[in-house]
Amino acid sequence: MSETTEHHDHGMSDAGYIKIALILAAITALEVSTYYVDFGPLFMPSLMIMMIVKFVMVVSYFMHLKFDSKIFSFLFYTGLALALFVYIVALATFKFFIA
Amino acid sequence: MAIIERPGSDTAPAVVTPSQTMGAVKRPVETKGWKEWLFTVDHKKIGIMYGVVAMFFFVVGGIEALLIRLQLAAPNGTILSADQYNQMFTMHGTTMVFLFAMPMAGAFANYFLPLQIGARDVAFPRLNALSLWLLVAGGIVLNLSWFLGGAADGGWFMYAPNSGPVFSPSNGVDYWILGLQIAGVASLIGSINLIVTVLNMRAPGMSLMKMPVFTWMILVVQFLLVFSLPVITVALVLLMFQRSYGATFFDVSQGADPLLWQHLFWIFGHPEVYVLILPAFGIISEVLPTFARKPLFGYPFVVFSGASIGLVGFGVWAHHMFAAGLGPVSVAVFSIATMAIAIPTGVKIFNWLLTMWGGKIWYTTAMKFAIGLVILFTVGGLSGVTHSVAPSDTQQTDTYYIVAHFHYVLFGGMVFGLFSGFYYWWPKVFGKLLNEKLGSWNFWLMVIGMNLTFGPMHILGLQGQPRRMYIWTEARAGEGFFNLGFWNLVASIGSFILAAGVLFFLINVVYTARKGKQAPLDPWDARTLEWLTTSPPKPHNFDRIPVVHHLDEYFHRKYEEDTATHTMKKVAEGEDLIRAEEEAADSDIHLPSASYWPIVLAFGVGVLCMGVIYGVPIMVLGAAIVLFASYGWVLEPSVAEPIDFEPPSADGSTKEIAPLG
Amino acid sequence: MADTALHAADHASDHGHHSSTGLSNNKLAMWLFLGSECLLFGGLISTYMLYRGRVSDGPHPSQIYDIPFTSVSSFVLLMSSLTMVLAVTAAQRKDDRRTNLWLTVTAVLGATFVGGQVYEFTTFIREGLGFTTSLFGSSFYTLTGFHGVHVSVGVIFLLSTVGIIKKNKITGNKSEVVELVGLYWHFVDIVWIIIFTLVYLIPA
Repeated sequence: MSETTEHHDHGMSDAGYIKIALILAAITALEVSTYYVDFGPLFMPSLMIMMIVKFVMVVSYFMHLKFDSKIFSFLFYTGLALALFVYIVALATFKFFIA
Repeated sequence: MAIIERPGSDTAPAVVTPSQTMGAVKRPVETKGWKEWLFTVDHKKIGIMYGVVAMFFFVVGGIEALLIRLQLAAPNGTILSADQYNQMFTMHGTTMVFLFAMPMAGAFANYFLPLQIGARDVAFPRLNALSLWLLVAGGIVLNLSWFLGGAADGGWFMYAPNSGPVFSPSNGVDYWILGLQIAGVASLIGSINLIVTVLNMRAPGMSLMKMPVFTWMILVVQFLLVFSLPVITVALVLLMFQRSYGATFFDVSQGADPLLWQHLFWIFGHPEVYVLILPAFGIISEVLPTFARKPLFGYPFVVFSGASIGLVGFGVWAHHMFAAGLGPVSVAVFSIATMAIAIPTGVKIFNWLLTMWGGKIWYTTAMKFAIGLVILFTVGGLSGVTHSVAPSDTQQTDTYYIVAHFHYVLFGGMVFGLFSGFYYWWPKVFGKLLNEKLGSWNFWLMVIGMNLTFGPMHILGLQGQPRRMYIWTEARAGEGFFNLGFWNLVASIGSFILAAGVLFFLINVVYTARKGKQAPLDPWDARTLEWLTTSPPKPHNFDRIPVVHHLDEYFHRKYEEDTATHTMKKVAEGEDLIRAEEEAADSDIHLPSASYWPIVLAFGVGVLCMGVIYGVPIMVLGAAIVLFASYGWVLEPSVAEPIDFEPPSADGSTKEIAPLG
Repeated sequence: MADTALHAADHASDHGHHSSTGLSNNKLAMWLFLGSECLLFGGLISTYMLYRGRVSDGPHPSQIYDIPFTSVSSFVLLMSSLTMVLAVTAAQRKDDRRTNLWLTVTAVLGATFVGGQVYEFTTFIREGLGFTTSLFGSSFYTLTGFHGVHVSVGVIFLLSTVGIIKKNKITGNKSEVVELVGLYWHFVDIVWIIIFTLVYLIPA
């Protein structure tokens, strides 16, 4: 049995969090710019990438998952992976991804 | 009130006066009578209540089945009208799955999982009570429909748009939706509770790979539940919004696709069938080694195959939709995945067989049921493999062949496993052994009844009798003596033999309660930690939290290897071990305190849901009760430490409960 | 009297101590819950994605979405995640005043977001997109409505936490309570990150 206390890895100071928030704001601005600027064939990939990057950043830093026990990551990302899997497969049977 | 237990001390338990929550409500202080049960947070009491509720609904669902079989025993049946028949098979399936099977597994899990891991309770005792009372609320809401306009009639998987407002205008489906939502939340909360319990509350030395197989299977089940329940939640919400608020989700004229319901339902529904069977697998993984007097063969394989079944179980759901028009690519993919999942299941069967091979079998009733599961589940599993072959399933689907398959795996598999558990663990829970002679009658009547009922259904299905058909005629029954009519009659007779078997169980329970003798502490020479307790266990389970060194820790405390003969020799009896524990008991043990809030909150949820059918004022009332109970709960101090599985600290000091009031 | 009770309770739920993993029961429970919520929102999002082009009546997504407006409310929600984190760090520093300040700001930002949603919904209804108008309408309102309810419940959590901290009635570990409320809040934010892209920015 582990007697260890859960250490709050304060690798991030308040200033660090503000920096993350500024990056997120910048990415959001870039996302919104796709509404005004024609990204051409890069439209879908860049939006998806930006969405994923923002998602992972909030989860890893704001929700502290990067610094916490891997068990938490396992629990959360298993749910996320299962969700992605079942819903993408279900949508695929509806021929959703076929142009 | 926090009861301070001081086992081994002469002083009476100290009673602490309750604090007052929100200046108005005291914690329950009664420790006797019905109030003790209503407000308890003790996992053992909650487990027993789950069992009683589940058993009640087993009988209800059984009566619904008998009515179906009475209707189909003869041509042109007049027992049930078509409409009543639809309600009957819908409620039979729904009741058996959600109000019997899951709660009964919950009963076993609640009672034995903490004991098997050496804990004193679950991680969140009040949430545990909430799960129970929410289940009760859901069961009531679901069955109120019988009295308030008719029960749901769309089949237990409630396909839309048939279940929508146009084709199912009565409130039956609304009750079904609401009852299942409530029960679903109950299970979701319970699954989080048990996962945290297993992760965090194991006795010192109990690594995951030293946990009993029953605990492992329950753990896998909780993961299945936590990730599959939200999907049916979505399905139920969409259907409810359509029925009650005019949404168009399953309105084909608006462009809706009925397959959306099917996907959402079965993404939950398939993991659900593993939720149903894995606990039974876990039970017999304890029973078979005990009565073969050999350790379980291939423990890591049994554990990993259970986990694999859970994981792959999320990838096969569309095999319920082979005839729905998915297209060949989807069908092929799911067909292969379904074949794959037979592999880990087969691994388990082989491990159980090899456990028995070379063992000195003791044919108790528990063992008979366990062996029955191995045989009958295999039969059901084989018909399942035939379903995985999509072309043959195209004929089988929606026929009685499917009904045969799932009743073999569910009755022959799951129910037999549960009954094995009853006979095995009854002495631990109630201190008395169930009568073996009555048990034999119970077992054999169930075996004969089960096979007579569901065996012919293979034939009926292959000959084309569709499911959910309320009546049959001589003309449709075909030629010859052994026509569909004959097999329907055989099945109906079988169902009554089956019912008689169940009746013998109930007789056994009553007989044992009245005339049963006190059971020895370790009647079966068992292997796992739950037996390191009195019968029934003391409120705090273990006088001293055990330190675990082995898989099958209890066995290894009784037996040591004789180096000369390389056999295991018994060095201690169960009584000796208990006496040792009592002499070394912890001097201060805290137990979680009883609480009103779980049952009040569950009541509020029930009222809130009735408001969906009967109007906003009732919803508001329900919401107010929920809010009140939630705040009361949150503000209620956790006076006693919810868990205390740590041995007393070295300097002898113990955690004090703060005196209040 | 209350102090000793709290002290005992605080010690009693010492998160992370005395558990087989060394982790807190409550935190494990919250992450499990959030994992399951992925499947809930995944189902609602998938339903929307399947149905958003099915417009039997009423406006089409491209005709009705106001991207500039939604961008602003998305930004508001995003910034509320920052203020939430600042509340958590303040709680870890045992600074009750700062904790409550940031919790309140987060609640205000969250309420602003919900207000924006209400405004958006009423505008859409006026422009002909009702809940029952089309599959697009039903799925849109169900998805964003569920999210909005989650945000509203979060605002209630935040304000309740402020109240309970003020009255010194936290029964568990204070910084853990704030941390757990934070986890819920951030989750609600990341769901919106997905919704904003898939629903609004990617045209049907």
